[in-house]
Amino acid sequence: MSRRALVGGAAAAAGSLLFATLPEGAAGQGASTSPPAQTPSDIPVDPTKVLGAPTSSTSGRSPFVVTGRTPTGAVSGSSLTPLHQFTGNITPTDLQFERHHAGVPTIDPVKYQLLVHGLVEREMVFTLDDLMSLPSVTRLHFLECSGNGRAGYKGIKPDLSPQNIDGLLCNAEWTGVSLSTILAEVGVRAGAEWALAEGGDAALLSRSVPVSKLRDDAMLVYAQNGEPLRPPAGYPVRLFLPGWEGNTNVKWLRRLEFNREPNMSKDETSKYTDPLPGNKARMFSFELDAKSTITYPTFPNRLVRQGWVQLSGLAWSGRGRITAVDVSTDGGTSWTEAQLQGTPGVKAAIRFTHMWKWDGAPATLMSRAVDETGYVQPTFAAFREGRGPGTDYHYNHIRAWKVAADGVVTYGGEA
Amino acid sequence: MKRRLIALAAACAVEACTPAGNSTTGERGTVHKAEPMPARFAVGRTATPAEVAAWNIDVNAKGEGLPPGKGDATAGAAVYAAQCASCHGAKGEGMPPNPKLVGREPRDFSFATTTTAVKTVGNYWPYATTLYDYIRRAMPQLAPGTMTPDETYAVIAWILAENEVIPRDKVMDATSLPAVVMPARDRFVPDDRAGGKGFR
Ligand code: HEC
Repeated sequence: MSRRALVGGAAAAAGSLLFATLPEGAAGQGASTSPPAQTPSDIPVDPTKVLGAPTSSTSGRSPFVVTGRTPTGAVSGSSLTPLHQFTGNITPTDLQFERHHAGVPTIDPVKYQLLVHGLVEREMVFTLDDLMSLPSVTRLHFLECSGNGRAGYKGIKPDLSPQNIDGLLCNAEWTGVSLSTILAEVGVRAGAEWALAEGGDAALLSRSVPVSKLRDDAMLVYAQNGEPLRPPAGYPVRLFLPGWEGNTNVKWLRRLEFNREPNMSKDETSKYTDPLPGNKARMFSFELDAKSTITYPTFPNRLVRQGWVQLSGLAWSGRGRITAVDVSTDGGTSWTEAQLQGTPGVKAAIRFTHMWKWDGAPATLMSRAVDETGYVQPTFAAFREGRGPGTDYHYNHIRAWKVAADGVVTYGGEA
Repeated sequence: MKRRLIALAAACAVEACTPAGNSTTGERGTVHKAEPMPARFAVGRTATPAEVAAWNIDVNAKGEGLPPGKGDATAGAAVYAAQCASCHGAKGEGMPPNPKLVGREPRDFSFATTTTAVKTVGNYWPYATTLYDYIRRAMPQLAPGTMTPDETYAVIAWILAENEVIPRDKVMDATSLPAVVMPARDRFVPDDRAGGKGFR
């Protein structure tokens, strides 16, 4: 049975090829609904009897594929990856989520400079050419905003899609210079425990990063998925800290200052700190713990007949490799190990799939990631118990999706 | 396959596969090892003191980086009304998405256990110096980097006085600002998560 046969109602009528797209005006999307389908102007009755389009400079999407992020028009805001429309491990570049604090700057690569100073032997300026002439590394990693999942925890409602809940996530190949190479060029001095990373946007966004992370696996990234970074992703150069909360991966990087102590900037005190029960807040909570999310079937899909359904989703951990993903179709009473699509990479997202035979009865679908540290993704109840209902950031609890007897799938919240 | 292994073994026996020098000889002919990497590539150029000074604008929790200048809440009220109130509200009450700046409740920092609390400078920020660092780099949002040190100190004095953290007549400068003890100063704890078993 094809996936298409399982997708019913308005979504199929809207002409989406593989997946149900969001129904027009679906609540929970509001102004951020994906753009409406463009009607293909010339659909030949038989494409084997007419010549096709000539070669072109860049490929667009099929006119039958309707997709998009969820822009709000704000310069300090975000737009979300349409996770529910993807099937593989890599996130298409132009659909990766954005999060900016003062808009996307336009930076001339010829004028671009990175200043490295403070507790170093040599205070230095690097051009983009300089950085690209140093040994490069290319690695696959996920990138996730630590605010990802807020809607699914604090704004629970049935009509949330994976895009709404977990769309502040992407998985891509990153190319750049190891920070350890830069550390050798400038000669970090004893006592330099932290580095302030500052972006060249109108927020001059700044975060303090432990030098140990810079030595470990940090990169100065200038390319993604083989091409120069796109401006919303930090063109021409961004800091990349594998497995660490998105905000620390400072985009449009223009300065690294080596210091003895963290600066206590706005985005490491007022924001990106996690309130805990006991009237405390966790700070410098950099690592993203293991997490998984089902992307199909979810809202706004509807299963139109009983039988085999492929559950599909993504799993990732900021602490290393994913070792297993379990799925449950009975709300967490019993679990079955899913198939991983490929070899899980270090701090990279991996696709999982599981064939499930739906008998037409109501069901609650869940997925649970396990990483190489032995960490098991927590239940909603354990998460709320440990962090409190008002906590912020790092929402990595198990997500639930409710399948009703009529096949309608909705977000299950704390189910 | 077997023959190839034997051939390779023979080649190794004669010429030593593990290179004594920087090459291996075998089925691929002679293959050289990459030169060892230098300690550094000497790419990039020395930054001038003027370049560093122009961009080195951050202020840390000790107040290092604060410029000369001063201001109090009275002067700050005028700065705030002219440059900030349009977004953050006349009294700092906030107008989403522009954050609320003034408010002390909940005084017990119960942000994890209530879902209605709104974080402000007065109830959540651990350091007053962050105000200087942040306003200098990013505010007012439509004209960042345009405020004088006196205006910045003054508007900070206004925000802190409205939050009842400092008296209205207290002058903020490079010495007094780092000395302000914020209500939430001791609320922050380091990250104790480390992966592995158990949830934190
Ligand atoms: C055009 C609207 C606008 C104006 C004018 C403006 N702000 Fe803001 N301000 C914002 C926005 C939006 C944010 C949140 C930025 C972000 O997402 O990082 C913010 C954030 C802040 C914060 C951090 C709040 C927190 O709790 O994290 C402070 C402090 C602040 N502004 C002070 C000021 C001051 C002082 C002025 C006047 C000199 C000012 N702002 C003028 C829009 C504005």
